Amino acid sequence: MSEVSVQQADFDVGSEIAALSADDPEAGAVASFVGLVRADKLCAPEVGAGGTAQVAAMTLEYYPGMTEAALAEIVAQAKARWQLKRVRVIHRVGRLLPSEHIVFVGVSSSHRHDAFAACEFIMDYLKTRAPFWKKEETPAGSRWVDARESDDRAAARWEGKET
Amino acid sequence: MTLKVLYFASLSEAIGLAAETIDLPPGGTTVGALRQTLGARHPALLTTKNLRAAVNRQMCGWEAPVEDGDEVAFFPPVTGG
Repeated sequence: MSEVSVQQADFDVGSEIAALSADDPEAGAVASFVGLVRADKLCAPEVGAGGTAQVAAMTLEYYPGMTEAALAEIVAQAKARWQLKRVRVIHRVGRLLPSEHIVFVGVSSSHRHDAFAACEFIMDYLKTRAPFWKKEETPAGSRWVDARESDDRAAARWEGKET
Repeated sequence: MTLKVLYFASLSEAIGLAAETIDLPPGGTTVGALRQTLGARHPALLTTKNLRAAVNRQMCGWEAPVEDGDEVAFFPPVTGG
């Protein structure tokens, strides 16, 4: 099983989680994160405070070759920081509808601390260092999602920290 | 020297191009200098906030060297996940 996938197809959360600890009696912890397309209007300010419009769809663009390499590098950094057994990162691209899966991050470890921390680290770095760009479709038109400072801060808190 | 230059997301839309091949005088340059050179034709390269770059699929700073045959990419801050 490859550790990193960038794909249009959906993934099955249950089988991905099961695969992280399959045939590994020393895996004592599996932590995972699933990101979904959110149908709110927080990211579409031009709709206005009283608007009822929602994000109708999201299109994910990526940089073939570089995106996979960036994800692999993030996984390598996580493995250097924590005692991990298996890691799986799946990021979808193309056009996605509300409630669809966007991203899966799962890790297995002997102990929960490493699993929780590595999962969060991978997501924080993915948000700021892996080349994916989101474009939202709203009734007011399409717009690219701006990067968030809160994501930069979340990634920065790992810098200079061992775990 | 010949370079392949790629543009992504909102930057690609603003420029109206996803990729182009450019010829420059021989001798190498930096990503920052290339941004200025191409910015004369594509103003969005100079006006995009927090523009990022990669050389040969590795994110880099503006001082990174660029040589003949390199693939250089420009893009806005990433927003995946």
